[in-house]
Amino acid sequence: MKELYKLSLSEAAKELALGKITSEKLTEAVFDRIHQIEPKVDAFITLNEKAAKEQAKQSDKRRNNHQPLSAIDGIPIAVKDLFCTKGIRTTAASKILDDFIPEYESTATKKLLDAGAVIVGKTNLDQFAMGSSTETSAFKKTKNPWDLNRVPGGSSGGSAAAVAADMCIAAIGTDTGGSIRQPASLCGIVGLKPTYGRVSRYGVIAMASSLDTIGPMTKTVEDSAILLKILAGHDKNDSTTSEKNVPNYQKNLKKDVHNLKIGIPKEFFGEGMDPEVDKIVRASIEKFRGLGAKIVPISLPSIKYALAVYYIIMPAEVTSNLARFDGIRFGLSTIKKQESRDKKQTLEEVYINSRTEGFGDEAKRRIMLGNYVLSSGYYDAYYKKAMAVRTKVKEEFEKAFLSVDLMITPVSPTAAFEFGEKSADPLQMYLSDIHTVPINPAGVPAISIPAGVTKNNLPVGVQIIAPQFAEEQLLSAAVALEKAIGFRNRYQPNL
Amino acid sequence: MAKLTKVDVEHIAKLSKLELTEEEKSKFAGQLSNVLEYVDQLNEVDTIGVEETSQVTGLRNVYQKDQVEENTLTSEELQKNAPDFRNDSFVVPAVFDDERF
Repeated sequence: MKELYKLSLSEAAKELALGKITSEKLTEAVFDRIHQIEPKVDAFITLNEKAAKEQAKQSDKRRNNHQPLSAIDGIPIAVKDLFCTKGIRTTAASKILDDFIPEYESTATKKLLDAGAVIVGKTNLDQFAMGSSTETSAFKKTKNPWDLNRVPGGSSGGSAAAVAADMCIAAIGTDTGGSIRQPASLCGIVGLKPTYGRVSRYGVIAMASSLDTIGPMTKTVEDSAILLKILAGHDKNDSTTSEKNVPNYQKNLKKDVHNLKIGIPKEFFGEGMDPEVDKIVRASIEKFRGLGAKIVPISLPSIKYALAVYYIIMPAEVTSNLARFDGIRFGLSTIKKQESRDKKQTLEEVYINSRTEGFGDEAKRRIMLGNYVLSSGYYDAYYKKAMAVRTKVKEEFEKAFLSVDLMITPVSPTAAFEFGEKSADPLQMYLSDIHTVPINPAGVPAISIPAGVTKNNLPVGVQIIAPQFAEEQLLSAAVALEKAIGFRNRYQPNL
Repeated sequence: MAKLTKVDVEHIAKLSKLELTEEEKSKFAGQLSNVLEYVDQLNEVDTIGVEETSQVTGLRNVYQKDQVEENTLTSEELQKNAPDFRNDSFVVPAVFDDERF
């Protein structure tokens, strides 16, 4: 058998169910791998080794008593450090939460724990999930396992790198404008952004509440189907979650795409796209055609405005969500420095000093941008305008989905870029999300699956998009394409 | 309308409860101006009569029962992450220090 840490979630679940391996052995193998690889990759902010090994023991006991909590009982999973985990430090990769230990559990991680998952640790991210390279983390730079001189993408770069480097069996991340899909593409793994409201946001440190989504980052499409079933569902603590029934995504995976109509929106194939990426995406389209799908050229004319819509709505919501960091109730605070200063701080100075010291540049930029577009005199011109254009983007997706079942596009215009290549120019960094961002204002689900590698052995993903709440169709088509490409057997990072 | 001056940046920093150095003011003025220039392209879009979208899956008012939740955080739990907490309260600097109060 191959090394245990290399197993996918479904493979590990099978081995555990058959009693061929134990959670203790699997968890130990994953931590041995981490101790070997993590110094090179830096995917984690906090490791949960002691508790994880205890969780594994408990899991084995349940299995011995023939009472596993779920199929994933005992499987090591990594969690983006944006999910509040009770008793485990949660930083959002920001100094302002450097020593924050939540007193409550996010719904998503609670569901993982209730299913018996072993929590490996908390993965690195762009500060407050703001970024596309994980470079805005206040703690460390995560390296792309395929080329340690390049970024893993972001903001869920730590989760993507941990999965790609086999330092966990699967991971979870968050996606507000591409933060699951883009790092998945750059690290050669599968990343699923579900429909808005499919998975509860409760206990996930908020960035932009009308856009934030939670999803799996995995080695295979089937693994994402398994995890989505566990994560999805209504939650009274998040009133934007849907009451729609959660199907058994794994069982319902159809590997048949015959007669499916797949739209190719021409706006996603414009200038600025790397020719190698273009070639790989077009080869995937041909694979779909070969499987019997009908390929239909379509157009979504308002898509070109989606990034502009996003860079108004997102910072506006960031401004409100980050107002809670004021140095009073939790997080970095200058209150304690009171005595050491000549002049006593006023209440307002506590707010200002705590925030100025705690937030990094990207958070500051977005907070200020948000306050600008929401401020008196600009509210109508920016914010209301963006909300109206958002409607147009959403309606164009709806209209297009009347004539096609799914769409296929690139995920990112380029493969993984080098450290520092875009971090000096925020607008350039923002433009790297041009193909993932439009999905979030429309609320539809999309998946990134690895489709090939460039001549420098850097992975490239393709994005499949479905109508709202059509995750079953999305995953079925993805699993068919995944099989036709055979990425996981053909390519792997050279670590 | 998109070029931000140093005065604009000072104003939005104040609204944001952030203090900026002179160097940061000019850096952010340039970077934020670039972003605002980019988003100005929205003016090309005709949105007359288009409704604004704030909830994308079409949910309307979602109600909950008006009752006290049992499992909220206790005072002891709240205290753990608070910089200064006394007598079941978060401590902040006095807001009024004028002798007349």
